[in-house]
Amino acid sequence: MTTTIGLEIHVQLATRTKMFCGCSTAFEDEPNTHVCPVCLGLPGALPTLNAEAVRLATRIATALGCTVHEVSEFSRKNYFYPDLPKSYQITQFDRPIATGGSVPIVTERGTRSVRLTRAHIEEDAGKSMHAADITLGGETLVDFNRCGMPLIEIVTEPDMQSGDEAYEFLHNLRRLVRWLGVSSGDMEKGAMRCDVNVSVSPDPAKRGTKVEIKNLNSFRSVKRAIDYEEQRQAQCLADGTPVLTETRHFDEVQGTTTAMRSKEASNDYRYFPEPDLPLLQLDPTELESLRTHMPELPWEMQSRFERDLGLLPYDAALITEERSTAEFFQQTVALCDNPKKVASYMGTEVAKLLNERGKTLTETQLTPTTLAGLLTMVEHNAISNTASKDVLPLLMDTGTTPMEAVRSLGLEQVSDTSAIEGFAREVIAENATQVEQFRGGKEAVLGFLVGQLMKKSKCKANPKLTGEILRTLLKS
Amino acid sequence: MNSGLPRTLEQYRRAVRAHELSAEEYLDETRRLIERDEPQVRAFLHLRLDAAHSDAQAADPTSPLAGAPIAIKDNIMMAGERCTCGSRILEHYVAPYSATVVQSLLAAGAVVPGKTNCDEFAMGSSTENSAFFPTHNPADLIRVPGGSSGGSTAAVAAGFALGAIGSDTGGSVRQPAAFCGVVGFKPTYGRVSRYGLVAFGSSLDCIGPIARSVRDTAIMMNVMAVHDPKDATSVRRPHVDFEASLQPTLAGRRVGIIRELQGLDVQPEIAAAMEAACEAALKSGASLVDVSLPHILSALPAYYIIAPAECSANLGRFDGVRYGLHEGGRDMTETYSRTRNAGFGTEVKRRILIGAFVLSAGYYDAYYKKASSVRQLITDELDAALESADVLLTPTTPTTAFRIGAVTDPLEMYKADVFTIPANLAGVPAVSFPAGKDAAGLPIGLQLMGPRWSDAELLSSANVLFTALGGES
Repeated sequence: MTTTIGLEIHVQLATRTKMFCGCSTAFEDEPNTHVCPVCLGLPGALPTLNAEAVRLATRIATALGCTVHEVSEFSRKNYFYPDLPKSYQITQFDRPIATGGSVPIVTERGTRSVRLTRAHIEEDAGKSMHAADITLGGETLVDFNRCGMPLIEIVTEPDMQSGDEAYEFLHNLRRLVRWLGVSSGDMEKGAMRCDVNVSVSPDPAKRGTKVEIKNLNSFRSVKRAIDYEEQRQAQCLADGTPVLTETRHFDEVQGTTTAMRSKEASNDYRYFPEPDLPLLQLDPTELESLRTHMPELPWEMQSRFERDLGLLPYDAALITEERSTAEFFQQTVALCDNPKKVASYMGTEVAKLLNERGKTLTETQLTPTTLAGLLTMVEHNAISNTASKDVLPLLMDTGTTPMEAVRSLGLEQVSDTSAIEGFAREVIAENATQVEQFRGGKEAVLGFLVGQLMKKSKCKANPKLTGEILRTLLKS
Repeated sequence: MNSGLPRTLEQYRRAVRAHELSAEEYLDETRRLIERDEPQVRAFLHLRLDAAHSDAQAADPTSPLAGAPIAIKDNIMMAGERCTCGSRILEHYVAPYSATVVQSLLAAGAVVPGKTNCDEFAMGSSTENSAFFPTHNPADLIRVPGGSSGGSTAAVAAGFALGAIGSDTGGSVRQPAAFCGVVGFKPTYGRVSRYGLVAFGSSLDCIGPIARSVRDTAIMMNVMAVHDPKDATSVRRPHVDFEASLQPTLAGRRVGIIRELQGLDVQPEIAAAMEAACEAALKSGASLVDVSLPHILSALPAYYIIAPAECSANLGRFDGVRYGLHEGGRDMTETYSRTRNAGFGTEVKRRILIGAFVLSAGYYDAYYKKASSVRQLITDELDAALESADVLLTPTTPTTAFRIGAVTDPLEMYKADVFTIPANLAGVPAVSFPAGKDAAGLPIGLQLMGPRWSDAELLSSANVLFTALGGES
């Protein structure tokens, strides 16, 4: 069985105001407080295009390698629904702002490229809240705050073959939109939404019947819905029951898909060019400048880190998940030239503390300078690696320097041989049995003796020196 | 009307500035006329005479319109006033904001006596499609005033206002102006903001002034022609003083006559008025040129595809959910259906159905797309013709005003738009001006079209012919 998957993703553009009016895009405010005659579709009101939305759309399309068209056109998509106050959505149809492009994904089948069909800009509809969502006595309420939010819809070619690949694609797309500051990419807040087309065929050369799945509110849901749908369609084929071309609804709780009423699925949207908006014309010199000023993309940076800095794929992926993290990493490496150490430390100790605090790197007091300082102290044996774990929280929470933190915690590593020799003599005197064992050839006992010395030194003794000194004294 | 009172906005403004007349006094006179004649004419859907009185008292005599009464078609928003569009579906709708053009007029000292009757959502040529009542032509009360801005033109003709604004999608300002014997101007598309005009055919709709002289429309255009950032199709143009642009002659101007329209069946007196206008043009220093627009007769069918297509989308919002008439049903679909069935009149329903049909999958290419190509062709032909002529002269209508109830076949009604529609399809400016009367004493209107953005020059040419044919300078 071959599964073929295509995605349609709506990404909310991170503008201050809506697509066609000056209303705020603030999320989770009182319903129907960010509305005006334009986004409410009141008679006589007219749309005006938000230039910032166009800029963000152009930016993401350029980054995706799309052909960005100098001239594109808005259209009206007509349908009746209470959360669509004009009875049409302003979108792009015949002439979208961008076509082509691709997103690389790493899969079990290796690194692959998922091709994009097109990307177009459009406005969001309002949000209907049905009786099932809230206690409304059977009524439906509509919040128009979301109505007119700027979106870019990205449509892929049917280039994915599993739920995991779709997940990977979405993850990479979200990483990119966040990287470029185009969108928060937050699926739970509806800033990124996805519809899926799945078809299963016994013949890899032929495509099966396309089934669309809606109501997918997380990456995980996308994967679950595809996994379920793959099985369902395969079962249909095995049973000889036909797979229908239809739109299905994903049930988050059951993890299943169910057919939507055909009425909801089959609409003639009667598209035609939007007469209230002139053709969208982009300045070719600005487009060129956008291309030349495009920052290094996360997946480009990731492979560069693997290739040039020798980072492990896991570390490189983690470092390039967020642009701020990647920048932090690069600045740290510039101050302390040990990229592998910086990456692994950021991927383990730093990540752990951030997780505990529920914060992002930029929300803490840690800076590339203080982190580089800390790692340099470890490298120069000024403190132990273990002790550094006690220092890090201070750097994060108080913004103090590594020197001060180490001093205030009394964690300076002892590398003074005479001091360590003093501890060593005590340890030898107090552990006669183990000393005998070592001298009798049981090398492993050295670890125990080192541990005893560390205890005496309150972990400040340089472990490497401690081992060497103990060995010398024991053998003399 | 009292003979001592000014007949035009220009005379009015001069009198007020000279302190011979106050806005309040003039409004009181207007009010007396309205109280006397409005029951027969029925130009207004809603009057606001008390409010207008206070506005007149407060009016600045030095402002551009100096407190002159200006009526507003009831498909244009004026904050706090009802805006019904002549439809049951908006019977109780109160405008929450003012159209940009209304704001401009009020800021320039206009006083609004009321909102005028119109064909429902501006769809019609007689004002008989108003859901409330037909308006009567002040020139002959048994006849229609034309439409769809028939309330506005009747108000100006009857002396209920010195000027009015209407909307013109296929001739809705010019045709009723011709029927009522007043001047009606459709500016270049994009010259006057559409923000606050309830959309019918968005790519065709223009708000235009209606007045008793060409000069008065120029005075109004000075106030109305403002770039509006709220309307993406509004175009920023260099400042023009429309009134100061009025020239005394047509010296050096080329007046084009469209060959393909010559064979059309036109009332003999209107043909005679065309002859008279040509003579006047020659006499004033113009030359006459013969121009050809091979596809101009396809304008009518193209228009009656494009306008309904746009209206089918524009009127979708009247669904009974958020405002306007609400007729509840068992579910959403039935509520929509009941509300729209009860709220819209026959002509509106007809056009919505035509529009939905021509846009539907499988028919789009054959209808909407083809009509759009024809529109482009006609636009190109008009542009070319307007290179060899400075203005094009046509009748505004094939006949003078018909009797109320006389035209029942919608196609017959549509055909009367043959002269006015090309200007909307091409977005060029066009003006209808009175040019005498027919044997029955009914006003005749002639039309001049000009190149895009030649609004001021076009009004200047119209003013020369209008005054030469007996109009008030």
